[in-house]
Amino acid sequence: MFHPGDELSAFEADMDGAGGVVSFSGYVRPNTKESNVIALELQAYSPLTENGIQAALDRAMKRWPLTGLRVRHRIGRILSGEAIVFVAAASKRRRAAFEAADFVMDYLKTEAVFWKKEITSDGANWIEPRREDYEDQKRWT
Amino acid sequence: MARILFFGRLSELIGFDERELDLPHHVRDTQSLREWLDSEFQTDGELLLSINRIAINAQITQENADLSNADEVAFLPPVGGG
Repeated sequence: MFHPGDELSAFEADMDGAGGVVSFSGYVRPNTKESNVIALELQAYSPLTENGIQAALDRAMKRWPLTGLRVRHRIGRILSGEAIVFVAAASKRRRAAFEAADFVMDYLKTEAVFWKKEITSDGANWIEPRREDYEDQKRWT
Repeated sequence: MARILFFGRLSELIGFDERELDLPHHVRDTQSLREWLDSEFQTDGELLLSINRIAINAQITQENADLSNADEVAFLPPVGGG
């Protein structure tokens, strides 16, 4: 089972000289405006998915003075209310950790090679990034 | 034989997520592959849309990339996780 709290504890246990840690835990929302969400189904394409995430982490490590950076992302069927993603950044500087975690989440939302299907009480829909997600992502270019 | 993969909603549109196909001689780049598959599987122009990107051997390509009859070619609709 995937527990963001355990991920955070493990990340903090091997923190190396950081002054701060920022983490983000993402969960499957229990409902949309119209219907109840039963689950998300996440597809990936190995090794493209992993390589892309690694390249994004490398970019973040270059851009900010980080002492640690971690991503965990689930695939397959993830039930409503369960955690889907965990991101943590550690740095001597608070702002670097906030920004790096934010950058990695924007990457995951708009560029990471995943396909996401939402299974609701009214049927299933493929979910693609929203315009706001792409706008958020542009802040880093 | 080329190995053709479809992900996300494209696999539902086509009706399968993976198939070995013998590419005709005139299909040796991504544009001709798009046109051939779109007419072969009657996807109504969907496979021609540049929003659906193509990866060759797990590398996302810029249009119009060369390909061979031994490549793994994946059709990737817009991505996003989190």
